Amino acid sequence: MPIIKHGHIEESSWVHLADEDALPEQGACTVSAERWLSAREELSEAAKAGRLGLRVSGDTDLEAIAGDLASLALVAVAFASLADGRGFSVARLLRDAYGYKGELRAYGNFLPDQLQFMTRCGFDSFEFTSERDLEKARALLTEFSVSYQSGTDAPPLYRRQQG
Amino acid sequence: MYQYNSYDQTLVDERVSQFRRQTEQFLAGELTEDEFRPLRLMNGLYIQRHAPMLRIAIPYGLFSSTQMRMLARIAREYDRNYAHFTTRQNLQFNWPALEKVPDILEHLASVEMHAIQTSGNCIRNTTSDHLAGVAPDEIEDPRPWCEIIRQWSTLHPEFAFLPRKFKIAVSGSVRDRAATQVHDIGLQMVRNEAGNVGFEVLVGGGLGRTPIIGQVIRPYLEKQHLLSYLEAILRVYNRYGRRDNKYKARIKILVKETGMETFRAQVEQEWARIRDGLLLTEEEISRVSAFFTPPAYDASAAADPQPETLLEDADYQRWLQHNTQSHKVAGYRAVFVSLKFPHVAPGDVTDHQMDVLADLADSYSLGELRATHNQNLILADVRVSRLPELWRALQAEGLATPNINKATDMICCPGLEFCSLANASSIPVASDIYARLDNLDYLYDLGDIRINISGCMNGCGHHTVGHIGILGVDKKGEEWYQLTLGGSSANEASLGERLGPSVARADVADAVCTLLTTYLDVRQEDESFLECVRRLGITPFQERVYANH
Repeated sequence: MPIIKHGHIEESSWVHLADEDALPEQGACTVSAERWLSAREELSEAAKAGRLGLRVSGDTDLEAIAGDLASLALVAVAFASLADGRGFSVARLLRDAYGYKGELRAYGNFLPDQLQFMTRCGFDSFEFTSERDLEKARALLTEFSVSYQSGTDAPPLYRRQQG
Repeated sequence: MYQYNSYDQTLVDERVSQFRRQTEQFLAGELTEDEFRPLRLMNGLYIQRHAPMLRIAIPYGLFSSTQMRMLARIAREYDRNYAHFTTRQNLQFNWPALEKVPDILEHLASVEMHAIQTSGNCIRNTTSDHLAGVAPDEIEDPRPWCEIIRQWSTLHPEFAFLPRKFKIAVSGSVRDRAATQVHDIGLQMVRNEAGNVGFEVLVGGGLGRTPIIGQVIRPYLEKQHLLSYLEAILRVYNRYGRRDNKYKARIKILVKETGMETFRAQVEQEWARIRDGLLLTEEEISRVSAFFTPPAYDASAAADPQPETLLEDADYQRWLQHNTQSHKVAGYRAVFVSLKFPHVAPGDVTDHQMDVLADLADSYSLGELRATHNQNLILADVRVSRLPELWRALQAEGLATPNINKATDMICCPGLEFCSLANASSIPVASDIYARLDNLDYLYDLGDIRINISGCMNGCGHHTVGHIGILGVDKKGEEWYQLTLGGSSANEASLGERLGPSVARADVADAVCTLLTTYLDVRQEDESFLECVRRLGITPFQERVYANH
């Protein structure tokens, strides 16, 4: 599955595992936050091996997974639709409030037009459910050269070093 | 007023390029209608009954003569020679062609204007007191704070896809002219016991289908924390606001369902975490405030003769009394330009009138204009000695209708004729009422009264806060109207109480006239219409309106 990661187009090896599917012997996969919370023990081997990621959404209780974030190689935030803006706040909280340092991926139903805002909120990879021209999408990462607000990448304009 | 620096200009220019690309992609079929909708809405572009409607932001209602001339030019070249001032201090064009919108935006950007976030589920244009900076009862000029909020909210990366639209109003005066109690966030500047000025923060107010008066979430917020507090509220709302039902998605419903105590605790917890990182610097506050320092008023104006002695003309005297207001600097007055003419939709102006007003702003009021949320305009800094000349110039263009805050100064949404949401007409109803109130002595005897008309329960005509509210409803394909009494968006805001069964379109003007004559019959001395309704309740009015039914 081709994705955009750190500004480049590449193949993602992550498989999104349905809750009823068994954990494969090898290979990186994501599980739902619900599954993780109910079967942490069982999944911790894979997590230690750096091949476990977590899928979260606007409904996920972030407090409940906060302590596990350091052991996860990927957190994927679901966008149910392009109007589902909760993921923007989820990303900022994962980065700023819970200190998550690993790969933070937006996945689901969103638009290339949203990539730059997503990046400013802390996402560093993007996986579209529907087919998109990733070359064109990639170009939109830098559509704006200016911004007023703070993001995970910069303080607000009025607190940036001038000159 | 605020002037863009190269950074501000770059942002607006890049937004024009972005919207041009989005429009081209849509027209080329690369973006579907569903994908393009939120993108165009975020830039003020609706698809209406007849044509697209483009809403232009006038930040906190303040704009220059140069900007007015550009708006006039756009009305001439891209629309049908008129434009419409809205109830949120913005301006709308009703007939632009979709493919021309990027060109319109480019013209706007050349005069430091844009259409960013004038619709869509994002933070909308911040509104304020139309007399900011000149009101005698002002605690502090709210406009620097409006501009600071404008910049913070413009293309905010986290809050562009909220559950629903989000409106912020700021008032810096004792008398609230910004309707802060019926906004998602209302900011009222207050002086605390130590003598410092900060913000009383209200949250969860709003009109629309479920009108609610906002509640105080924080009685006093120090100024340097303004943006962190706003960000904390927005983050809680963005995470927990309902997205399952658009009629329950505003923050007022979240506050109501969560309960103010819990909601406040969530906000304060988040605020404690982020407040230091978003602290406004003294340099930034000073930088923005410097754009709003009082202009060089002529000190000798204080010795000018009183305005009523300047011209013995009954029309001038009426205009002076009703369309001008006192100014904090002696020898100056704020002049209201009524956009409520007979047979014209409230808030509509022609390109020619716009050009004239731009010239008058240059000649009489430091080149600036203001739009009010009552859909009128203001020349805010007019020297008293020049009032007769200005009156003559306005009168020559039909812009001196002396009806500010009177029964014919109605607020009205576009209604069935233009809007795809509306159930009923509103402009023709306003015209019917207007026609019945052509006697000026009668109009003045009625005193200050606010009549607000909406063509559907979404309430763009703010009917719930009209002293008399009129709401159009559809009954089996016919237009009927519900009347409410006693609403107000001023201090001690209140929602109107429903008078009784709805009345037919043909009977609305009659019913309103009955309400007005009832008031004249039952009022005590100097009691206003609103005070009278508050004292007596709706019963005496009800009895008279429904007497023959």
